Amino acid sequence: MNLLLSVLEQGLIYAILALGVYITFKILDFPDMSVDSSFPLGAAVTALMIQSGMPPLLTLPVSMLAGACAGALTGVIHVRFHVRDLLSGIIVMTGLYSVNLHIAGRANVQLFSYDTIFKNPMISALPFEVQTYAPVVILAAATLIVKLIMDAYLATRSGFLLRATGDNPTLVATLAKDAGSVKILGLSIANALVALSGCIMCQYQRYFDISMGTGTLVLAVASVIVGTQLLRGMRFLRATTAVVLGSILYKGCVALALSLGLSPFDLKLVTAALLLIIIIAGGHGRKKVRRHA
Amino acid sequence: MLELKNIVKIYQGGTVNETCLFNEFCLTIPDQQFVCVVGSNGSGKTSLLNIICGSIPVDDGAIMIGGENITSMPEHKRLRRIGRVYQDPARGTCPSMTILENMSMADNKGKPFNLLPCVNRRKAEEYRAQLAQLGLGLEDKMGVMVGNLSGGQRQAMALLMSTMTPIEFLILDEHTAALDPKTAEIIMQLTGRIVAEKKLTTIMVTHNLRYAVEYGDRLLMMHQGRIEMDLAGQERRGLRVEHLLDRFNAISIECGN
Repeated sequence: MNLLLSVLEQGLIYAILALGVYITFKILDFPDMSVDSSFPLGAAVTALMIQSGMPPLLTLPVSMLAGACAGALTGVIHVRFHVRDLLSGIIVMTGLYSVNLHIAGRANVQLFSYDTIFKNPMISALPFEVQTYAPVVILAAATLIVKLIMDAYLATRSGFLLRATGDNPTLVATLAKDAGSVKILGLSIANALVALSGCIMCQYQRYFDISMGTGTLVLAVASVIVGTQLLRGMRFLRATTAVVLGSILYKGCVALALSLGLSPFDLKLVTAALLLIIIIAGGHGRKKVRRHA
Repeated sequence: MLELKNIVKIYQGGTVNETCLFNEFCLTIPDQQFVCVVGSNGSGKTSLLNIICGSIPVDDGAIMIGGENITSMPEHKRLRRIGRVYQDPARGTCPSMTILENMSMADNKGKPFNLLPCVNRRKAEEYRAQLAQLGLGLEDKMGVMVGNLSGGQRQAMALLMSTMTPIEFLILDEHTAALDPKTAEIIMQLTGRIVAEKKLTTIMVTHNLRYAVEYGDRLLMMHQGRIEMDLAGQERRGLRVEHLLDRFNAISIECGN
């Protein structure tokens, strides 16, 4: 039961991350490496704010803002200075590492004695049996809100333009809009969600660690692909729902493998192998081919 | 009025392969004129369109619209009053969005792309009526992804989409070249109708000499970055495909091929 609960909780936290990466990876077709640093950026900002006694709820929007700035920076480097997409992400990722250290002050910050969105007087007032389920309820609500807002956004005029930019930048130009600016906007939104996920993760595990971002992009891409590939048959599911389910499913598989005796040493190797198999089976490895008539 | 003044365009400048396509190229197109441009490959037809739209920079000269110098205006800003259809049907539509979504998006050109919903259900009927005019059966496929449509269907949509909102210029870059003869005919008739209805200043590049003779009221033949033939008015009316073909061959023979 405890295992199931923790799978759900972590799956939901990473679902927000995966929703962000869905924007860059799937919609914009942009391999955004800056994610590996904007995730801990959200956590670093959170650690700093919580230590200074600010209300835990305030950390959510502030982290998002920080993430959005990181994403915008990647976008500006790529669009305005014509640096290749992968490279601009790597540059921001590398630079942010130091920035994260400066924000948090140390490589490790513990928050066990502070209030968070999961541990505060309001939650403590609840009956003990309910308290166990408080995190999963909070996380489900947060993920649901993010998903619904994203669904609504993708149906707006701005959202349409975002989808068109990944699909056919020429059309965006003929619509008298600058595809580059839309890309920057998309990267900001994506990294805002990634940082939000990092913020929630930091409060959930109650510590910040500078290396917590390592492998974030791979994990998120795995969730996106598991969601969109495996649940492809269920047409009634929205892509965003599939991504959320994919994240939980992926976390579940990892937890299952570990409980079946897989050595944590081999975890990354198995992850990489599994991801490769899913990508090849789903024909996902090829670059998005412009479908000519 | 669209004016190109002393345009200079050099490809691969500063290298041994430097080629000067346009040298002091001038062209004036009055409002509401329908210009057909023909010419062999490499004669500068597509470059001409790209220069007008701002897709490629010029090395010297000025591009003016209605007396306003737009030479340094970025492409997307120029395209606010220009509609453009490409040879490749994939470039004018979004494959992973539905017909209704594509039409709604095109209808929003010139307005802000803000947080209001893009699809307006009340307008769906209007789009359906426009699509029905094409006779391609698209009006019953509003919820279908455009990526699943044929090239002809997509090109028809691209043409509709690029002319939905008020524009002044229509740029057609061999827009029937990738289509079968029957579909090409449908698209050309649609083009003629839209241009006449909306009174657009149109530049159409084509390799089909018959279309060049049948449509439009001015004909340009280009060769090596120069205008070899410029017919309008009385001269243009008596023109037949054979005349054009003779001239075309004459140019090629002059070049020794």
